[in-house]
Amino acid sequence: MRVMVMVKATEDSEAGRPPTPELMDAMMKYNEELAKAGIMLAGDGLKPSSQAKRVHFDGASRTVTDGPFAETRELVAGYWIWQVKDMEEAVAWVKRCPNPMFGPSDIDIRPLYEMEDFSDVLTPESIEREARLRKELGG
Amino acid sequence: MADETHRAIEAVFRIQRARLIAGLARLTRDVGRAEDLAQDALVIALAEWPQSGVPRNPGAWLMAAARRRALDALRHVRMRDRKHAAILRESQEADDGHAALEAALDDELGDELLGLIFAACHPLLSREARVALTLRLLGGLTTEEIARAFLTPEATIQQRIVRAKRTLGGAGLRFEVPRGAARAERLGSVLEVIYLVFNEGYAATAGEDLIRPALCAEAQRLGRILAGLLPEEPEVLGLLALMELQASRFAARTRRDGSLVPVPEQDRSRWDRLLIRRGLDALARAEALGGARGPYVLQAALAACHARVPRAEATDWPRIAALYDRLLEVMTTPVVALNRAVAHSMAFGPQQGLALLAQIEDLPAMQGYAPLPAAKGDFLLRAGRVAEARACFERAATLTRNEREREFLTERAAACERADVDGKCDPGPATKSYI
Repeated sequence: MRVMVMVKATEDSEAGRPPTPELMDAMMKYNEELAKAGIMLAGDGLKPSSQAKRVHFDGASRTVTDGPFAETRELVAGYWIWQVKDMEEAVAWVKRCPNPMFGPSDIDIRPLYEMEDFSDVLTPESIEREARLRKELGG
Repeated sequence: MADETHRAIEAVFRIQRARLIAGLARLTRDVGRAEDLAQDALVIALAEWPQSGVPRNPGAWLMAAARRRALDALRHVRMRDRKHAAILRESQEADDGHAALEAALDDELGDELLGLIFAACHPLLSREARVALTLRLLGGLTTEEIARAFLTPEATIQQRIVRAKRTLGGAGLRFEVPRGAARAERLGSVLEVIYLVFNEGYAATAGEDLIRPALCAEAQRLGRILAGLLPEEPEVLGLLALMELQASRFAARTRRDGSLVPVPEQDRSRWDRLLIRRGLDALARAEALGGARGPYVLQAALAACHARVPRAEATDWPRIAALYDRLLEVMTTPVVALNRAVAHSMAFGPQQGLALLAQIEDLPAMQGYAPLPAAKGDFLLRAGRVAEARACFERAATLTRNEREREFLTERAAACERADVDGKCDPGPATKSYI
């Protein structure tokens, strides 16, 4: 299964406070470990939300708001995509991560949808409809 | 709650297990014993960690626990020969230099893990045994899971693994990484085992036991681990690239009824862009290391030809034909020779395809090989030689053992009779699935 592992933002990360060299070093080692274990597919750090934009949807309207966004603890400061056997394995790996922030912080693990998850939702008819649509659109 | 704690400890153990076995195999020179000792360490952890908490470095903790077990056992056994005495001495020295050991731990563990991978894929063992042992020791699959994955009775797999361990033990392996000339040959066996595991998973169809497609993920993981341990070996990166690129098509390669969709007809919007990017990266690294002529790198380059273009019509067939020319030099198999002919027919017209088939159709390996007349029929049809094409399709239909393919070929033969042909290349499922 694949999971997205999200490092949640803090006041420090939102303020753009850079990590200490020690933390950088520990993180690098941790990333190497993940790569060596063959589970890391991707990962990146995100800039503070002061550099972000948000598009709000309501019916046909689209409203763009500039960052920073208020709900700091709900924001994501970085992520990985891992391929693991199960959630327990993902948790065991996350526990080995150095604390990515200066103070208390959270890391969320969210499983990605896989093809099997859609087998009940996608009927042969809906697949055919989708294929026809793609054809009409020249995709 | 206790169950949850146990599962959490087992997850920590699983992460360490292969490295633990690798280190213990080098210590005891007995992979079966190493596996048992690792299991002992888990039992000790399950007893102690719920009270003490998971240690900061669980890998080192488990290793120390297992090593103590091994040394206790050795002390109780009378030393029958100097070999054992020497091992014991080495271990005690290693124990004394614990700080130095910790520092070197990471490199050494990598080397030990590599030693275990080479041992599990040792040419002394049958191919089936190598696959089973690799999945057991490195993938952490249970015997029951391996049996289900390979549609084989569990007792057979059990026996295969027991015998394999005994063979390795009897050969007095040191579980070291082969160097020099032996290295290339041994590495070939490792890559072959990983790709066999991948292909077994890839062959799984919809509705089958999920453990079968999970073999692909396992092979990819092993490929990534190996690429981390041997970052300078282009063929390792080539195999990794090949697997990532093939796996990127997973969601698009089967129809609802379980039948396979050939690459040119797949819905490319369902290809996994993340895996494609990883595959292309690995391929680029392999080529930068000068590996462009290796068989896995070439196969990955072929897969990349499809991954790079947004629509089937944009496929660069001359490049694919050129890659097959090179692949045939290093991998002379009927499948490659035939696919080369198909690629040339796509790039330069059906006459070219027929000319290449003429060079190989009399080879003994080609006799009774259904994809050959299927491809030939296709070339002939595109060249306007309808009657000859029909005879080829009919011949191919009698040769194939696959029911779906027989239907397809019979239908093509019937279409020739109706002169209901559109001149489109379609060499049949057997060939198309490889191209």
